[in-house]
Amino acid sequence: MDKPLTQHIRPDKKPLSLKEYEAVGGYQALKKALKGMTPKDIQNVVKESNLRGRGGAGFFTALKWSFVPLDAPQPKYLIANADEMEPGTFKDRILLESTPHQMIEGMILSAFAIQATESFVFLRWAYKVAAETIERAIHEAYSAGYLGKNILGSGFDLTMHLHTGVGRYMCGEETALLNSLEGKRATPRAKPPFPQVSGLFGRPTIVNNVETLCNIPHIVNQGADWFKKLSRTQDSGTKIYGVSGKVKRPGAWELPMGVTMRELIEEYAGGMKDGLKFRGALPGGASTDFLVEEHLDVKMDYASVAAAGSRLGTGTLVVLDDHTCPVGFVKNLEHFFAQESCGFCTPCREGLPWVERILESIEEGDGKAKDLDLLHMHTRQLGPGNTFCALAPGAMEPLQSALKYFKSDFEQHIHEQRCPYNPIPVTLENV
Amino acid sequence: MLTTKEKVEIEKAMSAVPVRKAAGIEALKIVQGQRGWISDETLCDVAEYMDVSPEELDSVATFYNLLFRKPVGRHIILVCDSISCWVMGYEGIVTALQEKLKITFGETTPDLRFTILPNCCLGCCDAAPAFMIDNELFRNVTVDQLDDILNRYE
Repeated sequence: MDKPLTQHIRPDKKPLSLKEYEAVGGYQALKKALKGMTPKDIQNVVKESNLRGRGGAGFFTALKWSFVPLDAPQPKYLIANADEMEPGTFKDRILLESTPHQMIEGMILSAFAIQATESFVFLRWAYKVAAETIERAIHEAYSAGYLGKNILGSGFDLTMHLHTGVGRYMCGEETALLNSLEGKRATPRAKPPFPQVSGLFGRPTIVNNVETLCNIPHIVNQGADWFKKLSRTQDSGTKIYGVSGKVKRPGAWELPMGVTMRELIEEYAGGMKDGLKFRGALPGGASTDFLVEEHLDVKMDYASVAAAGSRLGTGTLVVLDDHTCPVGFVKNLEHFFAQESCGFCTPCREGLPWVERILESIEEGDGKAKDLDLLHMHTRQLGPGNTFCALAPGAMEPLQSALKYFKSDFEQHIHEQRCPYNPIPVTLENV
Repeated sequence: MLTTKEKVEIEKAMSAVPVRKAAGIEALKIVQGQRGWISDETLCDVAEYMDVSPEELDSVATFYNLLFRKPVGRHIILVCDSISCWVMGYEGIVTALQEKLKITFGETTPDLRFTILPNCCLGCCDAAPAFMIDNELFRNVTVDQLDDILNRYE
């Protein structure tokens, strides 16, 4: 089984140096591209490969690139979105810490494909090991002539800077990320204009996820057909999947696109911990709808997960077991979204804390029958089209699906005026 | 008053971007790195040096979770409170930490040794529960490890 992204990761997870990366074929794709390929050639092979963005939205990478006017005056920007902050997601960290040059090579190729001359890595502050690794790797790449002026004698110039953020989920949204890079609050921008035309400092800009970028050298090297054959489904390539929660062996694995949720949980994660049963899972981070037992054989690709009523998102599952309260689970998620709302638009700023308070009162035994109607109302009013960006609609995905699949749990909380998953507290009355 | 070192670093950050104002977050990181937090006075000094209004700079400073506008202790404990850690026993870790340090979220111990803050997903969900102390990440934490971990910090 081919695992292009992770095949060279060492057992101790220590990063590959430039020399080690070159020894396993690193920067061959860049040499190939700069010697004999035009920017359009690269865009074409990526287009044929059907690569879709691995950050969560799944937009076709080459299509995103194609909106950049190639002949626009410089500077144009290429940005690696390494602000991995979707709760339950820990896949980019692995690539950043262990194979920094793979991403850098992907960035140089992508920058060449859109003819950008400046690039940034927007890295989450919490990823301290990755910050050191990336900083060192950028320095090595400059020294070897892969970055800077006239790269490998091709006439193509590219600068690269590492920017570490100061913590805000919104920075993962690409236009908010651009505002943050400009030293502003990370609030989203109105679209259009799209960043491809007017992005960072008003210049054409592409923002790609780390895992997406890491795929580029392999596609350039081995071609679109090879990339498609890596997958079991119509969505091509491999995917770094992960499982967390109360399973025997939580972890992340690079696997063919389209493995099933059952394989991930039962084979790779070793099944549920003893004595626990699977109740559901968020397939791709906090902002995806729950999938439940009937979906265990759903293929984990964009189209199949969408057909099952959710989104592949980041492909890192968070598992809910039968001893964990679904109401408490969703309350934790909504607390996160309420806190991380940027406050820019009213439905999100006011609605999410309201949702959180309702869930809190249900969980604490103060739930009222009409609370469920209020929650349903929010899933509509904070849904797609009613807010400025995708944060609140994303926050509603786990809520609406929890109300559907775990309805009896919500009702039991309200009926019994307590959380049935917590032991009954000992009070003077019931001693 | 900004120190010479701070001014040099802020100047460098401003020269790296096309618009000077764009270095605002970088400048705040620089002074926080030196002073631990950003007081009103420090904020005004940075704003004056960068030629932006203090209000505008403060709107940035107060937006981000990791820019501190209140004093913090020598070490900052950031406890992941997101979903995988919550499932795996976050509440037990937080309760034990708060009992040991006798402070709650947002507070600093009287000896200024620790500040404890909740934090969004730290991206190590397969090793939950987790927290960071300063730059160091602790994974798969159990309550009985806490004393050993805390004792490493003066």
